[in-house]
Amino acid sequence: MKVVIASGKGGTGKTLIATSLALSLKKAFLMDCDVEEPNAHLLISPHWQLTKEVLLPFPQVETALCNFCQKCQRVCRFGAIAVLPDQVLTFPELCHSCGACSLLCPRKAIREEKQAIGEIRFGIKSGIILIEGRLQVGKPMAAPIIRELKREAAKTNQIVIFDAPPGTSCSVIHCLHGADYALLVTEPTPFGLNDLILAVGVARKLDLPVGLIINKAGIGDTEVYRYAQEQNLPVLLEIPEDRKIAEAYSRGKSLTEAFPEYKERFQMVLEQMYLQAEESVRKTAGNSKR
Amino acid sequence: MKIGVTAKGESLDSMLDEQFGRAEKFIIYETETGESEAVDNAQNLQAMQGAGIQSAQKIIELGARVLITGHCGPKAYATLKAGGVKIFTGDRTTVKKAIDDYLKGGLKEIVAPDVESHW
Repeated sequence: MKVVIASGKGGTGKTLIATSLALSLKKAFLMDCDVEEPNAHLLISPHWQLTKEVLLPFPQVETALCNFCQKCQRVCRFGAIAVLPDQVLTFPELCHSCGACSLLCPRKAIREEKQAIGEIRFGIKSGIILIEGRLQVGKPMAAPIIRELKREAAKTNQIVIFDAPPGTSCSVIHCLHGADYALLVTEPTPFGLNDLILAVGVARKLDLPVGLIINKAGIGDTEVYRYAQEQNLPVLLEIPEDRKIAEAYSRGKSLTEAFPEYKERFQMVLEQMYLQAEESVRKTAGNSKR
Repeated sequence: MKIGVTAKGESLDSMLDEQFGRAEKFIIYETETGESEAVDNAQNLQAMQGAGIQSAQKIIELGARVLITGHCGPKAYATLKAGGVKIFTGDRTTVKKAIDDYLKGGLKEIVAPDVESHW
């Protein structure tokens, strides 16, 4: 099963939940998909094993071969290639590496050259394998690194936990697409609720079963509970606002490590996610038969 | 020689548009004849990204050797330079006044992008 931990709002506790869930299990893969600022390793302290570069192809134009027909420019949806009267400019920061320009070039003047945009690294902590994506500073596109993490996830039948970045942008959609379950972490504040509603919208658009974890319970108001009930979203766990949790976190300890009673709670969360995911698969199968 | 000016309207009395890539119009002024024409830039105004590059290409295609605008970012700058266009910046003024100032040598040529890249 592939579970994505997302939130909408930043700072609700996605990484705390993702690492705590992983450490409650005997074996699991944990994917740190917050590639602009990966930090799951701080709560896992893995032994790093190996690092792989993530390479993407970018167009290189051989001006001597070019007839300035502008086909490449017209096909590029991102404006990453500009044909001037006597030269061609490329803008890698706009390029999505689709390859259309080099494919369509009638003079074969464009070849693709691979450049690193970031890396993924593999770490181990007892039965947990942490795979972390890290985008180079200044590179604009996180999605290709997340794709690489998903490729690694596809190689295993074990449970895979994806720690998604905040928000509901491309990176988060990339994480959620193809997953089995969206576990959304929120806090009971108007800000938390506002962004939770957006995240639920994305998860439902992708036909994923959704469950909630309410972190910092006790602060804010009760609107999020009302919303959960109204939308028929199960609250799988509540974690109280508690200074002791924050202190443990600040020392790099997950909930499971600092408070062993959470281990069983997270195992139950996993159990409920399994049941919901199975039911969702049955429903989809039923629908497609009709 | 042709001069391109970013403008908020179609006449020489329009205000200079300080944005380059997402300028509303370009006014192309021919110094030999004193004639001018306004070119719409609506397509780039609404572009998701790459407005600066495409506006720069438009200026080059229109044959301007000089551009007068408010600011110019790195990608537009690189494209304009590759097309051999000199870039001058003017402040809140009319297109006509900006052209006069340029012809009198009163505008500053920029030799590097003067604003950051934006999306």
